[in-house]
Amino acid sequence: MRCGVVIFPGSNCDHDVYHVLKHVLDRDTVFLWHGAADLRGSHLVILPGGFSYGDYLRPGAMAAFSPIMAEVKRHAEAGGLVLGICNGFQILLEAGLLPGALRQNQGLRFECRDVHLRLERNDLPFLTGYEAGQVLSMPIAHAGGSYVDTEEALDKLEAAGQVVFRYVSPEGDLDPDSPEHNPNGSARGIAGITNAEGNVLGMMPHPERSAEEILGSTDGLPIFAAAARLAAEEVMR
Amino acid sequence: MAKKEIKARLRVYPRPEVLDPQGKAIGEALGRLGFGQVSQVRAGKSFEITLEGVAPDKAQELLKQMADRLLANTVVEEYAVEVLEEDAP
Repeated sequence: MRCGVVIFPGSNCDHDVYHVLKHVLDRDTVFLWHGAADLRGSHLVILPGGFSYGDYLRPGAMAAFSPIMAEVKRHAEAGGLVLGICNGFQILLEAGLLPGALRQNQGLRFECRDVHLRLERNDLPFLTGYEAGQVLSMPIAHAGGSYVDTEEALDKLEAAGQVVFRYVSPEGDLDPDSPEHNPNGSARGIAGITNAEGNVLGMMPHPERSAEEILGSTDGLPIFAAAARLAAEEVMR
Repeated sequence: MAKKEIKARLRVYPRPEVLDPQGKAIGEALGRLGFGQVSQVRAGKSFEITLEGVAPDKAQELLKQMADRLLANTVVEEYAVEVLEEDAP
């Protein structure tokens, strides 16, 4: 089983993700260059955070057309696991692998702080290491993370169970109008979503920055651990 | 013979129903500067695009395709295409 971390020009969380997979979880992990249409046999593909292409046009818009993204799409459509974190989430939306869009934070500021997230379900490949309803602490670091879509599309997303993480208070209460508890003004406090099949996950918070005790939180580690375990089991089959 | 050039402008704006925090902040700043007449600002982007070797009646459609595929995110943005001038050969 192999994990692939994509490097776009301007990615800056690629090494953090690589470190978690390779050194913390001891998984075979490789870097994947955006310009090569080759996943190098990866079973789990991660699009890391950063500022791909300098956020030109819109965050993620240019990266969505990188040569590697055609392969990432093919991998996702075949049921392969894909995780997009922060800018990686923006890229998944721009590439049409997930629905909706991310806009500039409502407070107009770059928000870099720990937030609380409520897990809405735990029956998806990336989430089996958690308990449903668990409140997690992870950092965010972004200027354009306000999730938007039409009310109709949001209703559909919720009804299909595709909302995975919401920004909440430390007690786990949804409070979308509070800049403290919903740091970017996301519609319905949405912080992370999945595709209908559950094999593609996009999230603004950074689980790789909360994957070791020394970082102050290990709440993000189960995402990588569960995905890598599942991918390894599928390879064995 | 030089290829015929067509100049066009594509303007992209946040959809009216989508909150535009940047436009709102700019509007408030104008108010603070004494421009009390400003009731709304929407901040967008403008692209000036020069086309070559395109039949004039095809330019509009081509620019719409560019907007839909890359230049606008139609989930949150709307756009307007304007063909400005056709250079004489």
